[in-house]
Amino acid sequence: MNAPVMLDRRRVLAGGGALIVSFSLADAFAQDQPAAPPPSPSGSLKTSPLLDSWIRIDADGSITVFTGKAELGQGFKTAFQQIAAEELDVPFESLNVITADTRLTANEGYTSGSNSMKESGTAIQNASAQARALLLTEAARRLDLPAETLRTENGAVIAPDGRRLGYGALVAADMLHVQAQPKSKLKDPSSFKVMGQPVPRVDIPAKVTGGAAYVQDVRLPGMAHARVVRPPSYQARLTDCDTSAVEKLPGVVRVIRDGNFLAVVARKEFQSIKAMNALSAAAKWKETAALPKQDDLLRVLTSLPSQDSTIFERTDPSALGQKTIEATYTRPYQAHGSIGPSCAVAQFTDGAMTVWTHTQGVYPDRQAIAEMLRMPPASVRCIHVESSGCYGHNGADDAAADAALIARALPGTPVRVQWMREQEHAWEPFGPAMVTKLKASLDGAGVISDWNFEVWSNTHSMRPGGAGSMLAAQHMAQPFTVPAPKPIPLPEGGGDRNAIPIYKFPNVHVVHHFIPAMPLRISAMRSLGAYHNVFSTESFMDELAVAAGADPVEFRLKHLDDPRGRDVIEKAAQGFGWQKGRKAPQGHGFGFAFARYKNLAAYCAVATEVEVNRETGRPRLVRAVAAVDSGQVVNPDGLINQIEGAILQSMSWTLYESVTFDDTRITSIDWQTYPILRFDAVPDSVEVHVINRPGQPFLGSGETGQGPAAASIANAIADATGKRLRHLPLTRKRIKDAIDA
Amino acid sequence: MMTLKVNGQDHEIDADPDTPLLYVLRDDIQLNAAKFGCGLGQCGSCTVIVDGNAVLSCVTPLLLLEGKQVTTLEGLGTIEAPAPIQRAFMEEQAAQCGYCIAGMMMRAQALLQKNPKPTDQQIRAELEPHLCRCGTHMRILRAVHRAIRLMDTADAASVAPGRAQ
Repeated sequence: MNAPVMLDRRRVLAGGGALIVSFSLADAFAQDQPAAPPPSPSGSLKTSPLLDSWIRIDADGSITVFTGKAELGQGFKTAFQQIAAEELDVPFESLNVITADTRLTANEGYTSGSNSMKESGTAIQNASAQARALLLTEAARRLDLPAETLRTENGAVIAPDGRRLGYGALVAADMLHVQAQPKSKLKDPSSFKVMGQPVPRVDIPAKVTGGAAYVQDVRLPGMAHARVVRPPSYQARLTDCDTSAVEKLPGVVRVIRDGNFLAVVARKEFQSIKAMNALSAAAKWKETAALPKQDDLLRVLTSLPSQDSTIFERTDPSALGQKTIEATYTRPYQAHGSIGPSCAVAQFTDGAMTVWTHTQGVYPDRQAIAEMLRMPPASVRCIHVESSGCYGHNGADDAAADAALIARALPGTPVRVQWMREQEHAWEPFGPAMVTKLKASLDGAGVISDWNFEVWSNTHSMRPGGAGSMLAAQHMAQPFTVPAPKPIPLPEGGGDRNAIPIYKFPNVHVVHHFIPAMPLRISAMRSLGAYHNVFSTESFMDELAVAAGADPVEFRLKHLDDPRGRDVIEKAAQGFGWQKGRKAPQGHGFGFAFARYKNLAAYCAVATEVEVNRETGRPRLVRAVAAVDSGQVVNPDGLINQIEGAILQSMSWTLYESVTFDDTRITSIDWQTYPILRFDAVPDSVEVHVINRPGQPFLGSGETGQGPAAASIANAIADATGKRLRHLPLTRKRIKDAIDA
Repeated sequence: MMTLKVNGQDHEIDADPDTPLLYVLRDDIQLNAAKFGCGLGQCGSCTVIVDGNAVLSCVTPLLLLEGKQVTTLEGLGTIEAPAPIQRAFMEEQAAQCGYCIAGMMMRAQALLQKNPKPTDQQIRAELEPHLCRCGTHMRILRAVHRAIRLMDTADAASVAPGRAQ
C-alpha cells in the first residue's frame, strides 16, 4: 500500500534543478535560542532565518512550503497553504506543504501552545512575501524595468506591456538561500484573495474515502507488527518471564526483554496481539503501592512540598473591600484520551534509524531517541505522520521510542508498534490535577477591590528533552532517569497559565505553588493550567457577581479595559440573546465566561444554556454561543471548527472526566472506566462568531475555548440549581448531591 | 483459508478463524478506513457494514463472516467519485483529526440504507456507540443530514434520468 512519501532533499535537487544549494537549519532547539533583539524577522524566522527553510521554488515553477509544525487535525496545513498562496501570488492548488520532518523542515520545537499560526504561519507569510519581492527584483533586472511597474499574478511576474516571467524561470541558484529581512512588505488585507476564505481542508478527502492518512496506515515492505507488554503499574519490576512458549507461537519473530521493557514482534498484527497476551500472562511483576488517594486530591496536592512564588502583585491601598468571599476549586487528573491509541513505525538500516511518528516535536523526539539508543542525532530521522488527535502530550513519543528500541533489535525490518487501548489509558501522561484557592472582596459599589489567587500544580510539560521522558528508556535494563520537572515560565506559564487575572482589580496577589513530586505520570494537556485557572477565575467572577447583585456579563465588562476582550464578550452575549435579568426557562440555567488565552493569545467568550434534571442531577448543555478574536483570520471555517471542538471537548472534561486509580494501579483503562461525551449529550446547537482583525498578528486558536467553555457550563449549572459546584468534573452525582444538600 | 467478500471482491484469507475482521481488513487486505480504536467494541472507529448492518469489526471474528458481504468506506466511493455520505462529510468539513469519522460514516450509511429519512433524534441515537474526541459532533450531525438530502437528490435523479438532462 501507500508508504509515506519519502522526500529526500538531495534526490529532489538532483532531479529537479531547484534553486536551493544547501539546506539550512539551526541545529539547536528553537526554544533554546535566545530571542533576538528587535528588529528581527517574524515568527519562527527568528530561529530559522533563511528563506529556503520555508519556501522552495523549483525551475519548473512548482513550489513547496515547509513547516516544522505537525498537523494534528487542527487544519493548519491548509491555512499555511493559504498564507503562502496569498503572499506569493500563486494558485492555492499549485502549492505543496511539507510538515515536520527532521530531514526536510526547520526545527520549530513542539507543535503546542496554540503557537503554530503565530510561529510557523507568520514565518511562512513573511518568507513568502520576501520570496515574491526577490522574484520581482530579479524580473525587474532582466526586463530592465523599475520593480514598481511590475506586478505578480498566478506564479509569474507581469510587465506593463504584458510580458510574463514565470517564477520557475526567474529563480536563480541561491536566490532564496538568504537571511530574512526584519521587515516584509506584506499584502494589504483588503486585497486578500485566499486568506480569509473558508478553503476546504486539504486532508479531509482522503480521510473520508479511506486513503492512507495516518501513521497507523503506514505499511512498509516486510513490515512486522510489535506489541509492548507494559508493567501493570508505574513502579512495577519484572521479576520473571519465561518467554519460551511465546517464542513458539505462530508468526512470532522475536521476544524482546530489556530490563522492565518487554515486547513481542510477529509477522501479522493479530499474531502480535495473541503473543502479547501470552507474554503478559507469562510475566511476573513486583508491584509497589505508591499512588495517592484519588478521592482526597485537595489534601494530597496541598500537602506535597511545593516551591512557592508570587507571580503577580498589584497594590492600591485606597481600594477597600467590604465583603469578602473565598472559594476552593479542584481539577482531577484527566486523560487526553486519543481515539486512536499511539502508534509508530521504525526502521533501522545501515546504522540509521528512521521513525514515522505522531510526535508533536520531531526534533526533540529525535534527540531523545538518539540519546536512548546512544546514537548520534544525525543518524536518527523523525518524520511526522498524522494520527488520531492528541490534544497534547499523549503516548506518541513513547510509542516512537518503543518502535525505535524494537527496530534496533531487528535491523532492516520495519517495525510497527500499536498501543492497545488499555495501554494508552493507563500510561499516557495525564493532564495534572490542580487546586486553586481564591479570595476576593467587593467594595460598597459592588466593585472588586482585591483579588487573591493561589494555584497548586505540577509542571504541565514532561515532554522529551531527554531520553528519560520516554517509557521505553525508563524501563530499559540501563534506564534513563526521568528529568527533573521544571515550571513553564511566564508569560505563557504552565500550572500558572491564566492564573493572573486580565481584569483591572486594584489589589491583586497571585501565588504559584509548584509541586515537583509527580505521583501520577503527567504532561501537557490542551490549554495546560489555563483550563482549571479560567474555570476557577470565571466561576469566582460569577460568585462575586451574585454577591454584588450584578449581571454576570455587565460585571465582567465593568472590570475589563481590554477593548478586544470587551468586543468578544459583547459579541457572545449578543449572539446568545443575553439580557440583564433575563431568566432561563424552568430547570435551565444561563452561564457566561471569558478569557484571553495565556493573557496574550486569542480572546474567547462563551455563553451557554444548560438543562439540569433535578431528579437525577443529569446536566445537558442545550446550546452554546461563542465569540472569538484570533487576530487576522486565515480560514474562518477552520477557526470555527476549532472553537466548536473546544466547547464540546471541554464540556466532556468538565461534566464527566477523571482518571481513577487505587493505591497501586491506574483503574480507568478504557471507555467504560473513563467515560466521555457521547451523542446523547451533544447540544442542540453550537454557534461561533468570529471577529476578524485584518492585518493583526495571528493569535492561534487551538486552546482558547477550553477554559471559558468549562466555566460557562459551571455558571449555567449554578444558575439552574442555585448551587455552586467547585470540584471538577461536575458529575450528575455531584449535582444531585448539591441539589439534595 | 477462507473466502471473504469485501467491497464486492472475493479475498482468500489465511488467518485464524478467531481473528477479528478489523485485522483482516487492515493487515491482510490492507484497507485503511476501518480504524483500531479500542478493540473492545466501545468506540465505534472500526465500524463497517456487513449484509447491510453496521458491525464493530474489532470484535467480530472472521469465522462469523463466511458468505457475508462486507462493505468498508473504501467500497462506497472515491475522492474522484465520492458517495453521497462522503460528499456530505467533505462539504460540511466534518472532521478535525478524522480518526473516528470512517466509523461514523459507516454507521450513518447503514442507517440511511434502512431509513432514508431519519429524524435528528434517530441519528443521534444511532451514533451513540461512537466516540469523537475532537468535538466534531455538530458537524457530523450536519453531514448526516446533508447526506440525507444528497441521497434524496441522487435517488430522484436515478428514477427520472430523463428529467435530470
